[in-house]
Amino acid sequence: MVLSRYVGAEVRRKEDPRLITGTSMYVDDLRLPGMAHVGIVRSPYPHARITGIDKSAALAMPGVLAVIDGEDLAEFCGPLEAGNAEGGSGEQADYEHLEQGALGTPQVWPLARGVVRYVGEAVAAVVAESRYQAEDAIEEVVVDYDELPNVTSPEEAMADGAPRLYEANPNNVGARWDRIVGDVGAAFTGAPVVARARIRSQRLSGVPMETRAVAAAPDPLNQGLTVWTSTQAPHWNRNSIAEALGLPTTRVRCIAPEVGGGFGVKIGAYQEDFIVSAIAYRMQRPAKWIETRSESFLATHHGRDQWADVEIAGEADGTIRGLKMRVVQDLGSHPKGTDLAELTGRMSCGCYEVPALEFKSYGVYTNTMAVGAYRGAGRPEAAYYVERAIDLLADAAGLDPVEVRRKNFIAPFAAGHVTTAGEKYDTGDYDKALSRALELVDYAGLRRRQAELRAQGRYLGIGLASYVEICGFGPYESATVRVEPNGDVTLYSGISPHGQGQETTFAQLAADHIGADFEKVIFNHGDTLNTPQGNGTMGSRGLAVGGGALMISLNKIQNRAKQIAAHLLEAAVEDIELGDGRYRVRGVPGEGMSLAEIADASYGGDLPQEFEAGLESTDYFRPEDETFPFGTHVAVVEVFPDTGEVKLNRYLSVDDCGVIISPLLVRGQVHGGLAQGIGQALFEEITYGENGELLSGTLNDYAIPRAWAFPPFETHHTETPTYLNLLGAKGIGEAATIGSTPATANAVIDALEPWGITHLDVPMTAEKVWRAIQEGGGTQAAAAD
Amino acid sequence: MFPNQFDYHRPTTVAEAVGVLQQNPDAKVLAGGHSLLPAMKLRLAAPSALVDLSKVEGLTGISTNGSVVIGAMTTYAELRDSAALKAALPIVPETAYHVGDPQVQAVGTLGGSLAHADPSADFTAVALALDASVKAVGADGDRTIPAEELFVDLFTTSLAPDEVLTEIHIPAATGRTGMAYEKFRHPASGYAVVGVAAVVSVGVDGTVAQARIAVTGATSKATRATAAEQALVGKPLSADSIAAAAAVANQGLELNGDHYASAEYRAHLLGVYTRRALERAAASLG
Repeated sequence: MVLSRYVGAEVRRKEDPRLITGTSMYVDDLRLPGMAHVGIVRSPYPHARITGIDKSAALAMPGVLAVIDGEDLAEFCGPLEAGNAEGGSGEQADYEHLEQGALGTPQVWPLARGVVRYVGEAVAAVVAESRYQAEDAIEEVVVDYDELPNVTSPEEAMADGAPRLYEANPNNVGARWDRIVGDVGAAFTGAPVVARARIRSQRLSGVPMETRAVAAAPDPLNQGLTVWTSTQAPHWNRNSIAEALGLPTTRVRCIAPEVGGGFGVKIGAYQEDFIVSAIAYRMQRPAKWIETRSESFLATHHGRDQWADVEIAGEADGTIRGLKMRVVQDLGSHPKGTDLAELTGRMSCGCYEVPALEFKSYGVYTNTMAVGAYRGAGRPEAAYYVERAIDLLADAAGLDPVEVRRKNFIAPFAAGHVTTAGEKYDTGDYDKALSRALELVDYAGLRRRQAELRAQGRYLGIGLASYVEICGFGPYESATVRVEPNGDVTLYSGISPHGQGQETTFAQLAADHIGADFEKVIFNHGDTLNTPQGNGTMGSRGLAVGGGALMISLNKIQNRAKQIAAHLLEAAVEDIELGDGRYRVRGVPGEGMSLAEIADASYGGDLPQEFEAGLESTDYFRPEDETFPFGTHVAVVEVFPDTGEVKLNRYLSVDDCGVIISPLLVRGQVHGGLAQGIGQALFEEITYGENGELLSGTLNDYAIPRAWAFPPFETHHTETPTYLNLLGAKGIGEAATIGSTPATANAVIDALEPWGITHLDVPMTAEKVWRAIQEGGGTQAAAAD
Repeated sequence: MFPNQFDYHRPTTVAEAVGVLQQNPDAKVLAGGHSLLPAMKLRLAAPSALVDLSKVEGLTGISTNGSVVIGAMTTYAELRDSAALKAALPIVPETAYHVGDPQVQAVGTLGGSLAHADPSADFTAVALALDASVKAVGADGDRTIPAEELFVDLFTTSLAPDEVLTEIHIPAATGRTGMAYEKFRHPASGYAVVGVAAVVSVGVDGTVAQARIAVTGATSKATRATAAEQALVGKPLSADSIAAAAAVANQGLELNGDHYASAEYRAHLLGVYTRRALERAAASLG
């Protein structure tokens, strides 16, 4: 399959020079004649009834063109599309197990109508000649509110009598997903070892370097609109915007230009996509809104935010008898992540044989920003709970965590394995990754070192996580390969990379599989005018699904090129091979033909009639299932008891993402993933105050990790191909995030063992660790250990 | 991220700057701008005008002839890299190295920091520990304000609205003097959750002749930890005396708590960082 040198080679990213030199275009770089600027009036209350909006003072401000509230906008723009609002990971939700009575899908309007449900909710839009004028006018829009009782904790929101966000959702429950398999009661009754913990996966912000951004302009060519938006899925936004504005899909063109990071929080059209599009269409004038960092913390959806009660029962030798998880997912104020807890449930068995499982989940609305997909979306939570549960079981049974993992691993499989949670994993060899990690990190040596240092009053912690996760969500992806008449190659795809690097990966594939010139390949994406239908980039699907579609097109082009070459070289088509970028007759020395020569013939007039003209193919790939990458991560930390500070000394990852096309890009994904996963373990947390106000609303409060927080990452791989696509690739976008939160958390808890600490919630900030040590008897207790 | 409208002035002399300030009572002086501009962008500050000192001559530079004089517009980077300061007052370059990040160090200024009086700034505590004073120039001439009297409350100084802070004076260290600044850095902002600056002089008899210990981050303004100072004076600078001083470091101080670090935790950190600062100050005595 792999013919020459590009696949598997350390190729530099084709997209970097323009990004590094700042010559490319983001939404905010767009300057159109007559462009108006939009600012948003946002609710200062978590829950309130809007009783009046006085726009007169704002309208009298210099440069102000219009002030639009929810009722105004509803005249020419519909509500957020339900399917879009459910967004999530892009996976089709499985409603089979939902308790129908508890569920309604609330209608969400781009600008609040009647009631606001979170601090930061958009209440009115000010359109002005400049953004400064819009911001000045925002202060003059007088909104009268009657405050309503609010609830920001999901447990409280589920209680009878709690303030209700939507009439159709009793107890504020907006999603359920349960799975009960096997005799869970018997598994726990009489189990020699039972361990339990209440585990928090805290609320996070995605903090993309580029905040959200939308610009829209009337388009005389399509008699509708062109919308530029910083999104991960431009086709979805186009469909949603067209529907809300009542326009044919053909009259909305959506472009995602350079997008400065997404991490899941740029999935699906947001309120502002509709507001700006509606304004531009209604006023027949270009309009733009760029999210400020403060707005991003308030009004770009958050991630994680689950509470899990986890119980595990085992034999004395560490064999798992049963697992119980009750997960409460904070949905925030409106549906963006109703499938998150389901994804957690589907991965609740991790890499392990679990004979009996009871998984129950509740998605609950609260008066906070909506929670949706964030790098991993439901799977990091599962891996975190399972990997904590394994360590809890090891602790309770007095066994080494390595031993307990090995005891329970699903045996290697190459043709599918259905877990107790009902998920069909494709291929896996969990002990291979674990063994490689232990060998590379010198696990036995680390344990010896830990004992030596402990005797000196220093506290090293070693944490492991063996994760498995879901990648490559469907339902389909598309590709077009166009060989231009001179042999240059243009690629088009429905995915929408925003940092992942498929311009490079796909060019590598085109070079190897059809003999394209790597340097000259251009990859177009993110523009609904010229790309085939697509679902965008999320859920680690770019290569596994988008690349899968590309391979179908490349194979077709290669076959046609071979037929043309066979005709021109007067050889049998079976004897044509592609090597060193040339189509030549196997066993016959000589030059053969280049792709340029073949393209010239295919577009010329000299081929016989049976040869189709041109050299282009558009294909769709619908994977039959998702892929399941896995791996083992090892974190080594030192905890300083006098302050509670945690220092990450060493981090080693062994990730198995199937076949690796571009090692440099995989390494980059692992580095970024580790930074975000370790960030969850040690630093980051979105916090609301008692009155629903956002406490962590700036980068002065919300701690994203900096370079100083990390040792050099030691990244390694095993390669277990999948059979689900032509590449054998599984996906690497989220894997390192998923492995690193539990590995780091387990390491800190391991370091705290002398104080009898078996669980501590992330993020493990210095004060939290210090308090746990104090409660465990302080430094004297450890010294006596 | 969009400040309110403001006027912008760029005088070339201190007198001109003072004149602009007198005509614009709601104006603010712009030094490095790394604290003021973010506050304006968040619309937490809305001065009617900015008086940019970047073109005023004579406000930068470091003189270490006897007592140390530092121009108010001297950047952290210049302090950080100054060989003369490393020899005369090592705590100053060392602290500059720990302010913000290299970008902040390149633009932020010592005078700007002291005049802004952020309760978590680093140099406020260092100025107190070094017994520094500042020169303020107003319409009626100049005056000297000891650091002790400069910091009034959070973000509040005793500078008059039409005064420009032009110089920082630091008395020369006498005899054997050790000094160090230790801080617990906020993981997001880089500001001090708790910072402790210690300057300790030891007399010929080997006991502490003078100790100045100042705290930032934990209180509403940089403050001297007088109980810890008193615990040291007259004692040899030893592990025991340092422990005794650290144990009383938070005595008499009203400590802040926030959602990152509670007052109780800050009280604990104050002891730890006082000890660390004193240990390093002692080690630097040679």
